[in-house]
Amino acid sequence: MIPLGAFIAVSAVLFFIGVAGVLVRRNAVVILMCVELMLNATNLALVAFSRKAGMIDERGSVFVVFVFVVAAAEVAVGLAIVLSLYRNRPTVDVDEVHAMKG
Amino acid sequence: MTPATEVATSATFIQLVWLIPAFPLAAFLINGLFGKRWLGHATGWIAAAAVAASAVLSIGVFLDVLRGNVHTTVTLYRWIGVGDFEVNIAALVDPLSSVMLLVVTVVSTLIFVYSIGYMAHDHGFPRFFTWLSLFVFAMLILVMADNYLLMFVGWEGVGLCSYLLIGFWFERPEPYVAAKKAFVMNRIGDWGYTIGMVTTFLVFGSMTFTEVFEHVDIATQANLLLICLAFFVGATGKSAQLPLYSWLPDAMEGPTPVSALIHAATMVTAGVYLVARSTPLFAAAAPALEVVAVVGALTAIFAATIALVQFDIKRVMAYSTVSQLGYMFLALGVGAPIAAVFHLATHAFFKALLFLGSGSVIHGMQGEQDMRKMGGLRRKMPVTYWTMLLAGGALAAIPPLAGFWSKDEIVGAAWTSGHTALWVVGIITAILTAFYVTRAMWMTFHGEPRDHHLYDHAHESPAVMTLPLVALAVGTVTLGAVVGFPPDAGFIHTFLTPSVEVHGAGGEHHAPEIATILALAAVSVGAGIVGILIGLSMYVRHRPDPSAVSRAAGPFYRVLVNKYYVDDLYDRRIVDLLRGAFGVMWAFDVHVIDGIANGLGRLAALGGGGARRLQTGVVGNYAFMVVAGLFLLIVAYGGYAAGVFTR
Repeated sequence: MIPLGAFIAVSAVLFFIGVAGVLVRRNAVVILMCVELMLNATNLALVAFSRKAGMIDERGSVFVVFVFVVAAAEVAVGLAIVLSLYRNRPTVDVDEVHAMKG
Repeated sequence: MTPATEVATSATFIQLVWLIPAFPLAAFLINGLFGKRWLGHATGWIAAAAVAASAVLSIGVFLDVLRGNVHTTVTLYRWIGVGDFEVNIAALVDPLSSVMLLVVTVVSTLIFVYSIGYMAHDHGFPRFFTWLSLFVFAMLILVMADNYLLMFVGWEGVGLCSYLLIGFWFERPEPYVAAKKAFVMNRIGDWGYTIGMVTTFLVFGSMTFTEVFEHVDIATQANLLLICLAFFVGATGKSAQLPLYSWLPDAMEGPTPVSALIHAATMVTAGVYLVARSTPLFAAAAPALEVVAVVGALTAIFAATIALVQFDIKRVMAYSTVSQLGYMFLALGVGAPIAAVFHLATHAFFKALLFLGSGSVIHGMQGEQDMRKMGGLRRKMPVTYWTMLLAGGALAAIPPLAGFWSKDEIVGAAWTSGHTALWVVGIITAILTAFYVTRAMWMTFHGEPRDHHLYDHAHESPAVMTLPLVALAVGTVTLGAVVGFPPDAGFIHTFLTPSVEVHGAGGEHHAPEIATILALAAVSVGAGIVGILIGLSMYVRHRPDPSAVSRAAGPFYRVLVNKYYVDDLYDRRIVDLLRGAFGVMWAFDVHVIDGIANGLGRLAALGGGGARRLQTGVVGNYAFMVVAGLFLLIVAYGGYAAGVFTR
């Protein structure tokens, strides 16, 4: 049986890859993909802990389903924003979009 | 609390008493909202009709009270209710308020009709009738109120309308200065009223007349004195008594019907009404009554001496009003509130008539108010002349005109109550009064015209103005004898007694002997005749010649012409002093109060200006901040879990 630590390690690596991607990439579509990566890293951690808890507690697995739904919604909204951004000005580079400056 | 106590017989009109102020209020709203654009000169008739309707209802209420409903409270709704303390929008209908309602509405109706003619060529016609209607509404609230708080609403309302109407011709500087002066002086009086009202509440826990008067004995003498003197300060402001009288002569800058209605017949009597209404309080505070009597008598003679030397016809009448109000307070002070209210009623008629007559003269003389430019007008204005002659006779207290009966009672009351010195002052004032009336009448209507150009164009006023004069003249002639005969026991006495009865002190009213009454009456009539004779001798036969007298009197004459320098004193000593003090307060307000407020605003702007740089608009920065925040949280949680913070 694979130890819990391995799951958590993979989850952490995935999560920080996502964080790094969000911070360094400028393509909005890639940023969205990295956000997905972070969400799925979390999912992995959740199911791992849920399985560790065994028969006593299935809430971790249930929570993952919620994260799926939220992630799907987030992608839908995010891609819609990216699409309308691209229609208004032909770029998906987030550094070039800073009209909301204070 | 009880909506109606002891309804003896049918009291239909008393239950409708709230319609009386409703009519002028409706006229105010209609004229104010639609007057200027659509109604034009119809506003005058709308207002007059509304007040006439109120007058009819007032007569009905009066008859109901006459039938024996001497104390009815008609509650419209509960205004303030906090625990045991309750103030209602309620009317107290008793003989005193019904007489006031009658006087106010009847005199108002006549003056409204007159104003339609007088103001016909004024471009502010709708505005005039709007404010005048509002005034009548406020005055009716004042006299109907069953508690000091509601009375204060009317009290402030009439003050506001007085201000608006004195400054009616605000294009010129004098009226608005006069309006401001009237307002400020009235504020000083209102301060006294407020003190009295609040003290009443603290001492009695109620502001309702009936409840307060029933429990006069729970108050200490000091409390009663404070309440009465504070209310009297309010009365001196509203009723133009020493030392707050000097706004009233200046108030003559307003249109003449305003002077007649507000500054002679109704509003200025509010102070008299207040003291008369509070008779049970004042009766229990004897020193306060003495103060009222002395101030009244001093004001009477003080104003009468100034009236001797004025040349502006309206100013003569204004000082005369101050003087007559002084008589009313004298009556209140010597324990004769009925005589005071009686004089209030007769004075409302004859002084309104004198003012309206003056207005008719001014109207016919193209706005000239200086009596030195008049003369001989009786041939041109017969109706004005004869009605004013009757009113002048009433003011000089010539029997059987109205003024005789009421003034005789006041002076008689001063004698019988043992105030001999005040009686002497009253008699001297009566001589002075008769003299200045004679002087004014002679300079205006008799002798040779002194300004031929004005005289040639002079004309009698239209019927809409002369008919009210005639109606008021009828009241001036008959009112006194009808309600005031026999003296001290006439109809007005039996009628008003329930209102001014003092609990526990009734029954020992001893009427003076008939010989005393006759002797006192003879003296006061004699005083009037002496005054008239001196006036006639000086102005008809020039023995002694008026100008020679004024030269001989020298400094005294100058003092009188300058109105005892009171205005200068107020301006130089008090107004300048206050202006200096207010300059300091102004600086404090601008620099400290406003400085704090503006400083807070500037601080927020500064903080915002700094924080706004955080909003770069670059997504990467936001993402970085989110991650940085997350790290901080993790580090903090880690520290917490490791016990770094709890150690």
